[in-house]
Amino acid sequence: MKNIKLTKNDIYRALEERQGKTLTEALSHARVAICGLGGLGSNVAVMLARAGVGSLHLIDFDAVDITNLNRQNYTVQQLGRYKTDALCEYLLSVAPFCNIKSEIVKLNEENICDILCDDSIICEAFDSAETKAMLVDLIIEKYPEKYIVSGSGMAGIGSANKMQTRRVGKRLYICGDEISDAYEETALLSSRVMLCAAHEAHMIIRLIAGEYNV
Amino acid sequence: MVKINGREESVDCMTVAEYLKGTAYDTRRIAFERNGDIVPKSAYDNTVLENGDVIEIVSFVGGG
Repeated sequence: MKNIKLTKNDIYRALEERQGKTLTEALSHARVAICGLGGLGSNVAVMLARAGVGSLHLIDFDAVDITNLNRQNYTVQQLGRYKTDALCEYLLSVAPFCNIKSEIVKLNEENICDILCDDSIICEAFDSAETKAMLVDLIIEKYPEKYIVSGSGMAGIGSANKMQTRRVGKRLYICGDEISDAYEETALLSSRVMLCAAHEAHMIIRLIAGEYNV
Repeated sequence: MVKINGREESVDCMTVAEYLKGTAYDTRRIAFERNGDIVPKSAYDNTVLENGDVIEIVSFVGGG
């Protein structure tokens, strides 16, 4: 295979050609935190990196497992590795100039506000409903100026058209069908999880573009 | 009257904590929006629901 060397400028020009100058510039200056790198977070990260988001802050404590392969952005060769490291490797292969900060840590009530203090846009992509609510509660109380884009309800084989983005309050956006719980449904499908991830990534891109309505 | 998730309920003068205690909501899994602002859990005990309030309760579900 030919060894292709691309400069930062080559990639930036290509992004401008596809996405326009204004949006590409805004994306290049943006920084987004992604909390949880599973089916939602790993796919959101890929979409944002491909779109040219300048900086990503990736947070997860887990390693890649064989049951992740059906919907998460990892390969067989990456089984057993930390998701932060495995995802970083892939992101740099599609967006080599993305500035990535990754942290192998489990977010909890004690550390979450410190770890997310510099991120103005936060993608909530945790697995558990309690942790989702915990993030929203603590961040909105301590940092009411931050935007949170959260995923809730993407399990099962229900219609793709049930997925939506909804604004709650001023700075919280909920993506998903808000009903189908992964612990009650028998299926967790890549197609439906990615629909939810795409809602999250798209809302984040809209926020970066200054579009605050859903 | 207070409008909660689209339904009028006569819960005026109750605190958020008192109201939630009488419902099936699991407070560890929700976000409580009152008149366009999310009420943090630490304020549930001293936030009193008033006549005309519009409440939206978001219940998070698992999966990610």
